[in-house]
Amino acid sequence: MAEAVFEIFRGNREGGKPATYRVPIAPGMVVLDALHHIQAHQAPDLAVRWNCKAGKCGSCSAEVNGRPRLTCKTRMDALPLDKPVTVQPLKAFPVIKDLVTDVSWNYRVNKKIPPFTPRPDTQWKMSQEDVDRVQEFRKCIECFLCQDVCHVLRDHDKMETFGGPRFFVRVAGLEMHPLDSISRTKLLKDELGIGLCNITKCCTEVCPEEIHITDNAIIPLKERVVDEFYDPVLMLVRKILGAKQEPA
Amino acid sequence: MTTEFETHDHDVLIIGAGGAGLRAALGALAEGANVGVVCKSLLGKAHTVMAEGGIAAAMANVDSADDWRTHFRDTMRGGKLLNNWRMAQRHAQEAPERVKELEQWGALFDRTQDGKILQRAFGGHTFRRLCHVGDRTGLEMIRTLQDRGVQLGVDVYMECTISRLLMDGDRVAGAFGYWREQGRFVVFRAKSIVIATGGIGKAYKITSNSWEYTGDGMALAYNAGAELMDMEFVQFHPTGMVWPPGVQGLLVTEAVRGEGGLLTNKAGERFMQKYDPKKMELSTRDVVARAIYTEVREGRGTEHGGAFLDISHKPAEYVKKKLPSMYHQFRELADVDITKGPMEVGPTCHYMMGGIRVEAETAQTTLPGLFAAGEAAAGLHGANRLGGNSLSDLLVFGRRAGVAAAEHAKQVQNTPVNSTQIESAARDLLVPFERPTGENPYTIHRELQDVMQSLVGIYRTREDLIRALGELEKLKERNSRVSVEGSRMFNPGWHLAQDLTSMLTVSEAVAQSALAREESRGAHSRIDHPSLSPTWGTKNNVITRDGAAMKLRQSPVPELPSDLKQLVADEK
Repeated sequence: MAEAVFEIFRGNREGGKPATYRVPIAPGMVVLDALHHIQAHQAPDLAVRWNCKAGKCGSCSAEVNGRPRLTCKTRMDALPLDKPVTVQPLKAFPVIKDLVTDVSWNYRVNKKIPPFTPRPDTQWKMSQEDVDRVQEFRKCIECFLCQDVCHVLRDHDKMETFGGPRFFVRVAGLEMHPLDSISRTKLLKDELGIGLCNITKCCTEVCPEEIHITDNAIIPLKERVVDEFYDPVLMLVRKILGAKQEPA
Repeated sequence: MTTEFETHDHDVLIIGAGGAGLRAALGALAEGANVGVVCKSLLGKAHTVMAEGGIAAAMANVDSADDWRTHFRDTMRGGKLLNNWRMAQRHAQEAPERVKELEQWGALFDRTQDGKILQRAFGGHTFRRLCHVGDRTGLEMIRTLQDRGVQLGVDVYMECTISRLLMDGDRVAGAFGYWREQGRFVVFRAKSIVIATGGIGKAYKITSNSWEYTGDGMALAYNAGAELMDMEFVQFHPTGMVWPPGVQGLLVTEAVRGEGGLLTNKAGERFMQKYDPKKMELSTRDVVARAIYTEVREGRGTEHGGAFLDISHKPAEYVKKKLPSMYHQFRELADVDITKGPMEVGPTCHYMMGGIRVEAETAQTTLPGLFAAGEAAAGLHGANRLGGNSLSDLLVFGRRAGVAAAEHAKQVQNTPVNSTQIESAARDLLVPFERPTGENPYTIHRELQDVMQSLVGIYRTREDLIRALGELEKLKERNSRVSVEGSRMFNPGWHLAQDLTSMLTVSEAVAQSALAREESRGAHSRIDHPSLSPTWGTKNNVITRDGAAMKLRQSPVPELPSDLKQLVADEK
């Protein structure tokens, strides 16, 4: 039977190195199937995060042959098998063990974002075309592959000053919700550091839900920041007419 | 040796962070309780995330004739009248309010032409009732609840498994568990506990359920002395993927049929004509699952042992818009374009109607301070669940359980946790490391799955069930000699050894109950007792623990008041 060779990172916070495993290939097999096989037959303590195995929960993120992927959606027959398949943990986050990383920073960033805030007298009617854009953003399964690939986090380690693509998508989903009534532009500029994004679009490339992160979320939000803080004409107009306030 | 552990105190502790657990957290918070939620996976990744169909609620946005009475009637009929009628009534009455709440918290459903929440048709529902967003309503629900919970300040303990409830007499006092990350122990002291841990699908080989679904909460409750009920009623969803092997069991949402998908066999016949000519593809899941199973068994199945489900007659853009994750799932994992050709589908273990027995208004179990909601609880769905009724169940009874748990906590002064129980729980967790050789947990799991799939599946017989109980006994014995290598640091083999204990307990309960019920009703089919039995139609099977043994008895189904009885019987 055909076999694939895997080199899988084994280690922890202090460090580690790849270990080699051979796995028989079945039709339609995905990388997660191979990881399960290794757990069952060769390395019962291989630490792997997974849950649904259908690309819906975003748990099984890893780097396969150097590329951030969901292991449950990475087909073996889409990989070159004449050399070992490398599986590494997400580089942008601290390793806990083997392929499991500490993604808790993401949950901390989330807490900074003011939630959906409708007006008290809201009429709960919306048209489909008004919600289409936001529904795209709400497809996000929080796999954090976009966070992992973004060079601002991955290479420049700017977790203190940059929220990352995932949270620009979340803010976009709130800002563009037809019935939300507050502004998060100052948060985007100051705490989430949207200015640090230089539109390289790697996030869009790796998103398993095919959310147009850069074009539909980040760029419109950047435009709002520019309009509010860097456009002298608009600033004057606003001063004359009055404008909605950001929450304190 | 004294065990080392960290301690956390809460008024209400919720085990499970899916739709029911999170809604319970919000319900308890609203009553002023201090709430902690503990979950095995990362926040926002519970099995609820997989739900695709929608939330059933009689909002009458599309079919104005709909109201809670029809929803109630549909639920009772779907459950073959074995439901707890009071739960079904509350569920139908309160679901619309719960859906509106979600929208007020930021959830964005698909819209009707006049801007209201869109509702679609689904199996067993008389009217179009399922509020949905594409085919990812579960994701929408859990995200909305999670966002609100975080905003309101729920403490969430992620990647933490509870292995035992700590009791003060017959009252709950807390829970003992371990962090999956480093394997260190943790004690939660709590005045009330809500179990919202979902179902048992991982005990079966072909299932749509996530890794988490190992029946933990049912086992915790059973071991603490609570009652389990209706354990024989395991729902096999008719349409799971069948090929390739790695995706066997993955859900193909009923919404495909709700949007017009047609089922055919190898010969191209719409075979539902033979099994339910009135409702056809939108018959209840038990009927459709048995139909597909029968077609395959009688030689009319597809190449890989399923039926064809075809929606390619609809416009491609419509299919991609309404069923995007189905489109992607088939294209990426099976090389099938559902806008151009049919899918191959077959039955998959999907949902557990049975579970922890609870009281209808408060969701409290027979143990004071212990509550249960969602799939982990029994009673609402009777012998068979309608699609869409689970998401609404989570909201209605999640809230009720949370509110009641908070109320109960106000009456409790202190929660003494028993150090003997803690020592014993810790010892049980550590013992697999102390065996240098022993059974491999992965092997035991695989064999358990084979036993349940082949002997306690869609069609059951007395011989198979007795044999299953014998096999389960042997697996239990082998599990008592399970050995684990490596450290306590994120060790999936060790975690599986724990989960196996839960799976073996609930599997035994399923087999015992299936053996006892000598009739076929709803999801439970006995080849040797193929008809409905009037005597069994008035009884639920209840399981309790008696020392080391499992005891089974019958309990009468609560009788409907005359006006509701009339409603359900009416042939309108």
